[in-house]
Amino acid sequence: MDVILFSVFAIIAVVCAINVVVQTHPISSAISLVGVMGSLAVLYLLLGAEFLAAAQVIVYAGAIMVLFVFVIMLLNAGAETKEGRSLAVQLLGVPLLVAFLGIMAYFVQRLFPSSTMVHFGGFTGGGVREIGRALFGAYLLPFEVTSILILIAILGAIVLARKEMD
Amino acid sequence: MMSQVPMSWFLTLSAILFALGVAGFLFRRSIITIFMSIELMLNAVNLSFVTFSYQNKSINGHLFAFFVMVVAAAEAAVGLAIILTIFKNRQTLNIDDIESMKN
Repeated sequence: MDVILFSVFAIIAVVCAINVVVQTHPISSAISLVGVMGSLAVLYLLLGAEFLAAAQVIVYAGAIMVLFVFVIMLLNAGAETKEGRSLAVQLLGVPLLVAFLGIMAYFVQRLFPSSTMVHFGGFTGGGVREIGRALFGAYLLPFEVTSILILIAILGAIVLARKEMD
Repeated sequence: MMSQVPMSWFLTLSAILFALGVAGFLFRRSIITIFMSIELMLNAVNLSFVTFSYQNKSINGHLFAFFVMVVAAAEAAVGLAIILTIFKNRQTLNIDDIESMKN
């Protein structure tokens, strides 16, 4: 059951990620990226990260991707052109990528040969209660610092995107 | 009958997603798609964090992934504002045309 769940959503994630890379129109890439994030949320649930699954859907698939779609529509971004790519990139790009992937997969399999098996319900410490206790206990200072970071980001975004006022 | 998923499958999926994000970052021309590739890489790393957190039966990986999400949200806001400004000044989204720092 867990294997079926993992396989289905891993395949959806990989197909959507490939679609993000190969689509020429930015809006198609954005919709595919939402698919990746949604399937990753299901995998988080499988790993017992309930709070993160909810945050993934709300923050990533909700807020960030809506921001992306807004900007794509605001700028009326069209399909990108394909010319001007060097011959080395066209010939070597995909084989090098596959080789890089193969090496990474090989090392992962070597480093974790018969390690932990993941099954649903194997780790139940990822709920809101545990996250909240950690966040306002051991991680209080980083949490407060992120609030300052977000304040700076808001100010920066406003300063960058406003109209010039004389 | 196998009902448990090996942990290395999650890590391999994370590696695949990260490599695809790198590919998008390197091969694409549209500045918006490059930005989306960065988000894809951040998501892949988050999956690794949560997987290792499962292995160690500890909450710390979840917190790291949470902070990555927060920083990604801030980064998206500022980055998209920068993209808006670039488009306003240059009327293009193609990174090959934005080369004033090259010389």
